[in-house]
Amino acid sequence: MTRPVGHASHGAENRPRATDGRAPDVFSRDGWVPMRQFRDDDEVDVAIVGAGCGGSVLATKLAEAGLSVVIFDAGPFWRPLSDFASDEREQEKLYWLDDRISGGDDPIEFGANNSGQAVGGSTTHFQMVSLRFRPDWFKSRTRLGYGVDWPVNPDEMWRYYAEIERALSISGPLAYPWGPPRGRYPYRAHEVNAAGQVLIRGAEALGVAWAPTPLCTVSAPRGKSPPCVYRGMCKIGCSTNAKQSMLVTYVPRALRAGAEIRDLAMVAEVHCDAQGRPDGVVYHRDGAWRRQKARVVAVCGYSIETPRLLLNSASPAHPQGLGNGNDQVGRYLMVHGNNAVWATFDDEIRWYKGPPSMACCEHWNYADDDPSKDFFGGYSFMSQGPLPGDFAGTLVTGTGMFGNDLRRRMALYNRMAGLKIVGETMPRPDNRVRLSDDADDLGLPLARVDFSFCDNDRRLHRHSERFMRRMLDAAGGRDLLSSDSTAHLMGGCRMGSSPENSVTDDEGRVWGVPNLYICDGSLMPTGGGVNPAMTILANAARIGDRLARRARQGAS
Amino acid sequence: MSDTFRSPYPGWDVLSKWSTPSYNEQTREVLNRRIDPPAPHALEREVYRTLCALCERVIPQHEDTQGPPPAPIAPWIDAAIAGGRSSGTRYDGMPDTPTAWRRGLAALDAEARQRHGQPFHRVPAQAQDAILRDVGKGQVKATAAWEGLEPRTFLRKVALKQIVEIYYAHPRGQSEIGYGGPASPRGYLRLGAGRTDEWEAPEGQWDRLREPAR
Repeated sequence: MTRPVGHASHGAENRPRATDGRAPDVFSRDGWVPMRQFRDDDEVDVAIVGAGCGGSVLATKLAEAGLSVVIFDAGPFWRPLSDFASDEREQEKLYWLDDRISGGDDPIEFGANNSGQAVGGSTTHFQMVSLRFRPDWFKSRTRLGYGVDWPVNPDEMWRYYAEIERALSISGPLAYPWGPPRGRYPYRAHEVNAAGQVLIRGAEALGVAWAPTPLCTVSAPRGKSPPCVYRGMCKIGCSTNAKQSMLVTYVPRALRAGAEIRDLAMVAEVHCDAQGRPDGVVYHRDGAWRRQKARVVAVCGYSIETPRLLLNSASPAHPQGLGNGNDQVGRYLMVHGNNAVWATFDDEIRWYKGPPSMACCEHWNYADDDPSKDFFGGYSFMSQGPLPGDFAGTLVTGTGMFGNDLRRRMALYNRMAGLKIVGETMPRPDNRVRLSDDADDLGLPLARVDFSFCDNDRRLHRHSERFMRRMLDAAGGRDLLSSDSTAHLMGGCRMGSSPENSVTDDEGRVWGVPNLYICDGSLMPTGGGVNPAMTILANAARIGDRLARRARQGAS
Repeated sequence: MSDTFRSPYPGWDVLSKWSTPSYNEQTREVLNRRIDPPAPHALEREVYRTLCALCERVIPQHEDTQGPPPAPIAPWIDAAIAGGRSSGTRYDGMPDTPTAWRRGLAALDAEARQRHGQPFHRVPAQAQDAILRDVGKGQVKATAAWEGLEPRTFLRKVALKQIVEIYYAHPRGQSEIGYGGPASPRGYLRLGAGRTDEWEAPEGQWDRLREPAR
């Protein structure tokens, strides 16, 4: 696990908090809730690795079905009300800061860019954009001629989106302009801030639709969560609990249903018996190596850590790594293109207020017949509101500017607005995760990640840049500046219809290893043109229901 | 110097809200630490001088004739090196972050010695800037010193990025751009264009930014 970086962590980074039959009460400054606990040699029904979008939902579904569940997470168990400061540097404690080695033609930035290390996973710092996949994307090969079909029913996935949106009280518009009809969002949309109004102005000038972004932060009180106060620091952790992260939603629900959570517990290996059948996990916690027995193991570590763990679990029965008999583990890793255009306006906008992306446009996810569309896949884009250090980092890495030139550019911060895409990339086998020869502090091999964009990805980036420039220009922006980056991770252990071209079946069950499951974003066969959180959650709910149903029927 | 920076928000100080609902206890705790860094102890004295000179070129704080005292940047980089802190990304062909800092600072020094026969911290500001511009484009002369360290990646993605992230997380950097600063438990009420809460900076004096300084 990462070395402690916070000054206001109250020990959460140094010693496990969820011990002695209790776990932190995330709605208090220093309180506790009761927690059921298991011993290492209790053979629990399911050991779940990772308490993010995949693991939290899966654990809740299985614990509520009466199964015994232990969740391991490498990160701390935070109490946001007392542990989260209004400070970018301090809040780096939310990110996965252990090195990943990043290569290829277009190396990915990790850490703050896409990787959490906390109970609650990346939802402790995600920017809460809560969009659904276009239904056709689940059958993109058949219906749209690119990528690969998911082994799922699009209608079923849309029903699970609705379940997740209800469970997280998503705040969204009364009518959503794109895609098939969907039900009402549970909470009303937030007032769109000035940065979002720039997108609206540009969209109306160019004749495309816009929407207040469906957001995973409440617009009215919900249980112990107060409505969002628009402090604008969503990316560094919500200190009021308005954000409906896994930490304050599914994790407490899982605890209430009898699941145990082990924080600061880094799983090094899925342990197998002499026949090569998984029988538990080997993990490091509180200075010691331990082993938990389990009938079923579910790996939910996301697109880097899940393949890393499987590859690091090689044994005589699985010499290439667990589930890797066909050399599929770690392949088809995807990101989203995150190209942006920034502009200066005559009047002050003060984009630091409110969630960063309050207005969105999915036009190019649905405009199949537009003659200018020269790429497969799609992209959405949103208004922006980066914090000062984040934006300064974008400026210097993209331009190399420094000194008073940089300070003058930064002084325009309050008059800037931007648009940034979430752009689909094509799944490709050579974009992959492997083990490197270097090791982390625990002696585990670091992940080595190679990533390169393909020509289609680049055409999409160019198209989006041209379009966003036109839009910002139409909205009255000047001094346009482009930047490129990536966001999100998807794939790496994709589900599919055959062991030859995927790692798991449609339920996340690893081919050839019947009591080993994967349930996280690494299952995604394609990335779509929207932020992946809702899709990972919906898929986890679908898998959770299937497993719970099977458990009730008495089969394994 | 003609290059002096003038903030459009003279007199705005996010610390003026210290005792208001914009600051919670843990944010005060963090900022009290930030303002008062530990004494540097990871880097050797000469290397630390190079780091200080680099930080001053990236954010020329000591040139400012007015304004609050300089924000500590170099001490926090030294502390991060001492703590083995990484950003989570090690670009292929680069060493780990603490090693990248040590080698990169040594290479900047070698670059200055090769070009001017002086250590980096001794050459004039304009020459330092020229070196940084070249390194940021990958154009280096002391090639042996950069072995195993991609110059452009080091300068942009390690050095510049960390320096500006520390500066703009500091109240001084935040105040000079008119940022609202800490905002918890109280956030903001007025989200519309041209609307500000009374606990935000007053509207900027934009002429100051355009005017050539005296």
